[in-house]
Amino acid sequence: MSATTIKRRDFLKTGAAVGGGLLISLYLPELAKAGVTASSPGKSKFVEPATFAPNAFIRIGTDDTITVIVNKSEMGQGVYTSLPMLIAEELEADWNKIKVESAPVDQAYAHPVFGIQMTGGSTSTASEWERFRKAGATARIMLIAAAAQNWKVGPQSLRAEKGNVIHAPSGRQASFGSLANLAATLTPPKDVPLKDPKDFKLIGKPTRRLDTPAKLNGSAQFGLDVQIPGMMTAVVLRPPVFGGKVLSLNAEKAKAIAGVKDVLQVPAGVAVIATGFWPAKLGREQLEIKWDDGPNAGLSTTGMRQQYATLAKTQGLVARKVGDPAGALAGAAKTITAEYEVPYLAHAMMEPLNCVVDLRADHCEIWTGTQFQTVDRMAAATTAGLKPEQVQIHTTLLGGGFGRRANPASDFVIEAVQVAKAAKVPVKVVWTREDDIRGGWYRPMWYDRMRGGVDANGNPVAWTHTIVGQSIMQGTMFERFGIKNGIDDSSVEGAADLLYGIPNLQVDLHTPKIGVPVQWWRSVGHSHNGFAVEAFFDELAHAGGKDPYQLRHTLLASQPRMRAVLDLVAQKSSWGKPLPAGRGRGIATHFSFDSYVAQVAEVSVEKNGDVRVHRVFCAVDCGQVVNPDTVKAQMEGGIIFGLTAALKDEITLEQGRVNQRNFHDYPMLRINEAPEIEVYIVPSTEKPTGVGEPGVPPVAPAVANAIFAATGKRVRRLPIRLS
Amino acid sequence: MITLKVNGKQLNADVDPATPLLWVLRETLGLTGTKYGCGMALCGACTVHLDGEAIRSCVKRVSDAAGKEITTIEGLSPDLGHPLQKAWMEIDVPQCGYCQSGQLMSAAALLAENSNPSDTDIDEGMAGNICRCGTYPRIRRAIHRAAEIKAQGGAK
Repeated sequence: MSATTIKRRDFLKTGAAVGGGLLISLYLPELAKAGVTASSPGKSKFVEPATFAPNAFIRIGTDDTITVIVNKSEMGQGVYTSLPMLIAEELEADWNKIKVESAPVDQAYAHPVFGIQMTGGSTSTASEWERFRKAGATARIMLIAAAAQNWKVGPQSLRAEKGNVIHAPSGRQASFGSLANLAATLTPPKDVPLKDPKDFKLIGKPTRRLDTPAKLNGSAQFGLDVQIPGMMTAVVLRPPVFGGKVLSLNAEKAKAIAGVKDVLQVPAGVAVIATGFWPAKLGREQLEIKWDDGPNAGLSTTGMRQQYATLAKTQGLVARKVGDPAGALAGAAKTITAEYEVPYLAHAMMEPLNCVVDLRADHCEIWTGTQFQTVDRMAAATTAGLKPEQVQIHTTLLGGGFGRRANPASDFVIEAVQVAKAAKVPVKVVWTREDDIRGGWYRPMWYDRMRGGVDANGNPVAWTHTIVGQSIMQGTMFERFGIKNGIDDSSVEGAADLLYGIPNLQVDLHTPKIGVPVQWWRSVGHSHNGFAVEAFFDELAHAGGKDPYQLRHTLLASQPRMRAVLDLVAQKSSWGKPLPAGRGRGIATHFSFDSYVAQVAEVSVEKNGDVRVHRVFCAVDCGQVVNPDTVKAQMEGGIIFGLTAALKDEITLEQGRVNQRNFHDYPMLRINEAPEIEVYIVPSTEKPTGVGEPGVPPVAPAVANAIFAATGKRVRRLPIRLS
Repeated sequence: MITLKVNGKQLNADVDPATPLLWVLRETLGLTGTKYGCGMALCGACTVHLDGEAIRSCVKRVSDAAGKEITTIEGLSPDLGHPLQKAWMEIDVPQCGYCQSGQLMSAAALLAENSNPSDTDIDEGMAGNICRCGTYPRIRRAIHRAAEIKAQGGAK
């Protein structure tokens, strides 16, 4: 799965693939938008050319190999299988002949909605659903036209099946590969009808992942595995406080380490260049640096909590208002108030960040596992003093992404280009685990103040939610899409769009500016709003004497899809039936990335306060499913990811310094702590929606609500600490 | 110069004897299937076999591995034929895949010792390996399935 080496101009000219064969160039203006004006904070201002380049997603070799060029990064979510499935379905390809390559950076591969080449927002299937199927159908029509020409028959008398074009009346058959050269000379069809979903052969069927075998014998290539001739390894010592600067550097001891070639001051800190990782790391340990800690030297989590708690008692910018929440609270038979909080979190992908840069006078080649190709290329070009088209990015497999590799400031790419520029040799910059945990770009810390009121019958009549936390999009290129009237949509998502029918509602937001860099983290704003909203809903249900499942069911009367997943998960988890002594069940729903998810957790609490999650039931409606096994895997993975956040981790700061550094103090859920998970998919023919992230938000509140059911204790702060 | 026996081959490495085995495998010998995850024996991504025992190569001095049989993921089988690899494919265990070399090497050591591990045995044997993608439920199923394949004569 190496990056394609086909140059755009080659197929622009001829439409023929290198080495013969058919390359389907596809131009679908109705699915693409002009490039965005983009700027990275304090670094550069750049404009992506707003030209429409033809897209190229398929290459059919004369040897019958079908290469699908995937414009999305494979970070575990199965996109190197699900997107080829879309093409294979319409192409009538032989699935066993499909190969995958990662796309080069080109506007042709841009996200149809966001206008840049990127993987994120749980949008890959939704955004490529039509484009990839059309690419496959276009190829099929052209191959059939080629066979029709060869055999002098009408194309309507031909059909494609398992990689062949077949003329049933005469029994003739030709493989796609044998037709590829002729097909490449034909004009692509204007009208490309797509299959009726009832005729799908592949879409909707559990399909083995194409990337699995290489991940079982060591041959899968991640960014950290890239070796290029003459390459040195670099590790960078970054300031201990965000925004700090080097005051003085003594590199003598570092340079004395065998294998250390150079020590260089770069904007990010101090880079140690060595023949390999180990000498680079040893060299870094010997650096003597005096730092100017800068304006964030006094930051502490304790201080921030106080600041946030104070802010939460006042009204922020109103993101949504329905009815008269203040009046309804005043007139309610019973009101409750609760404050919820969640910490900064690191993404902690198993593969720490890394980036290989080969910088030449007129060219820059980069190998990295990125989710943000367009942004990174622009940033690298600006940093290197080159034009974007002089920068080539090879997207490797990603050892986890979770949002960290979609950095709006291209932090790890810019830094690596800066190191390469200073070192004047090809370099691989490697982050240690400590660099990763302490490196910032966290899920923001959040503080939520909730108030709710019920009437004399226990029915909710008022709901207010004040949210306090940093904006992710402020100061980035996404500001103009994502921030309206001062409200970052990702701060209030999952709260302002509450699905429950509560007649009086208000959601408002405070956005303090703090010097800790923050970023999207799997499920983004939903990761905290899901917790606050669903745990508080449980409190409100109990305040009104209602069963938490029944009340949700009642208040979802106008949300049939959510109600269906709720009812399904309640049924599968035997909601309402007795559990063994000491166990409790908790339920939660959450709508995110256009998907509907409901979960039930079965939990017990041990004498020392340890929480044991025994089972999690999950129901999901994500529209038309492409690969059901992948949907299940993403729900399973989302649940484990959410449990780590619920039970384990926090990033805290004292005097501007991050307290945690590796998996001993920033632990991950392990297999002996992993629950049994059952996932149920609601069949649907609606358009596909997200699956990578929607499994995460409901699990923390489901666990918190289960703890209440088991012990009577309310959990309002993550990570859960009961001892 | 240190001589290592890796996946049945004698290989020479001109490295500082204190270098962790992990980096010699990856950078000197080009066996990049073994992964770096933490450098503190906390995550298991770097798991290899030393004389059949699963060890964390990120904290093992290369000089301590000299003269011993080292098996890495590249040497688990020549053709994806190990019962664990077969089971992993059947159940489609990996997501991002980065931790899976270590998972497989830990599982291989477990299965070599205990041909029919229970859920508890699996939890104990595999607790040193972190998977951030959360493939644990599938790892459990796949180890049970590999035990079946092995019992049916699928062992190499």
